[in-house]
Amino acid sequence: MTVLVPLTLKEALIATSANPSAQIIQGGTDLMVEINFNHRKPTDVIALRRVNEIRNYEISADRSRVTVGAGLPYQKMEHGELAELFPALAQAARTVGSPQIRAAGSIGGNLGTCSPAGDALPVLSALNAIVNLHTATSFREISVHDFMLGVKRNARQPGEIIVSTTLPVIDGWQGYAKVGVRNAMVISVASCCLVVDRNVGAIAVSLGAVGPTIVRCRETEAWIASQIDLRKVSAVAPNLLKEFGDRIASESKPIDDHRSTAAYRRHAVATLSRRLLTRANTQ
Amino acid sequence: MIANTEIYNLTVNGSKHEVRDAWVGESLLYVLRERLGLPGSKGACEQGECGSCTVIMDGQAVCSCLVMAATAIGSEITTVEGLTNDGTLTAVQDAFITEGGVQCGFCTPGLVVAIEHLLANNPEPTDLEIKESISGNICRCTGYGRIFEAVATAVSTRNAGR
Repeated sequence: MTVLVPLTLKEALIATSANPSAQIIQGGTDLMVEINFNHRKPTDVIALRRVNEIRNYEISADRSRVTVGAGLPYQKMEHGELAELFPALAQAARTVGSPQIRAAGSIGGNLGTCSPAGDALPVLSALNAIVNLHTATSFREISVHDFMLGVKRNARQPGEIIVSTTLPVIDGWQGYAKVGVRNAMVISVASCCLVVDRNVGAIAVSLGAVGPTIVRCRETEAWIASQIDLRKVSAVAPNLLKEFGDRIASESKPIDDHRSTAAYRRHAVATLSRRLLTRANTQ
Repeated sequence: MIANTEIYNLTVNGSKHEVRDAWVGESLLYVLRERLGLPGSKGACEQGECGSCTVIMDGQAVCSCLVMAATAIGSEITTVEGLTNDGTLTAVQDAFITEGGVQCGFCTPGLVVAIEHLLANNPEPTDLEIKESISGNICRCTGYGRIFEAVATAVSTRNAGR
């Protein structure tokens, strides 16, 4: 077994091209658990933790979008400029594990693992994020909706590195809410991200931990947009709010597992989505 | 590029340690305890939930069980053993004793490291900041009350000594 610790992105890409089946490790908060419990025994590993180029973010000149490095720790999204541009991402980042986990975990790791409970993933889905994948010789952009394929399955090809994700800056309201068994240090039982674009009067709702991958509720989005004017901040009538939650729940595809039951998860996403819509239309 | 196979070096508590004949997938926690003779960091959950293995790596408090040791080459690692180098106790360690913040003691090294990290970056934390900073460190004995008292005492000792 060999562990490679590249210091630049170029070195990392050359290493992955030379050994496309090597296991890539970002913060280690998922992979090391599997290794510690003997669920996985990789032969070759490429560690990205020293690649500083992917531990930054860059705001486009017109401030219409931000490219967030795959290795930027969640800690850096909790407060400051990124948190102001993407409040939902900041809220999601603050719910990831503990301070120790947030010093290591990153969006790149969340995408690489592609667990339906990954805290950043509903935010990426609701924002229609683009995932930027590189090899030593090529580059492609893929919508996060096409990238996430199923439980711990994604569209990354051998030899590719998830380098960054590009998020549009949206004029409107966004929020993230999550249910877990306690307040700190918890993997989500169900989560929801809601984004309202006030300019075009559109809404996006994405759910975590209630399906094989993140669930985007497009039917409910279209329905609520036909019922209320999302360009304005105005209270949502109680009957519409109730139906909104019910429709969100019916678009979710939860299962019973060791963390919760399908019935509770449906109830949770109905409640979380109603809360977020209420906040969106009162703040 | 750094490549690690059989032998690699780690910088722990200011000195270089050679790790040889190790499987390179081993966690930093395992290497610290079993190969470098530094058993202060404790292993319990091995999945980043309990915080008893907390060390400082390049200025960040991290779970050493979630760091692949061979990738920590070139990083500055501080364990509970390295908080002082002359056998004395830090203000935090001293306050844990005087305030009764230690019962079985298993979580103590991780908590001490997490609190040292907090106070190094934020010498006068609010109650909420203290709770947040140790939210990843689980103690099943004390109920945390005496640990919070220990932090308060350590803060006043440290700030009086400035």
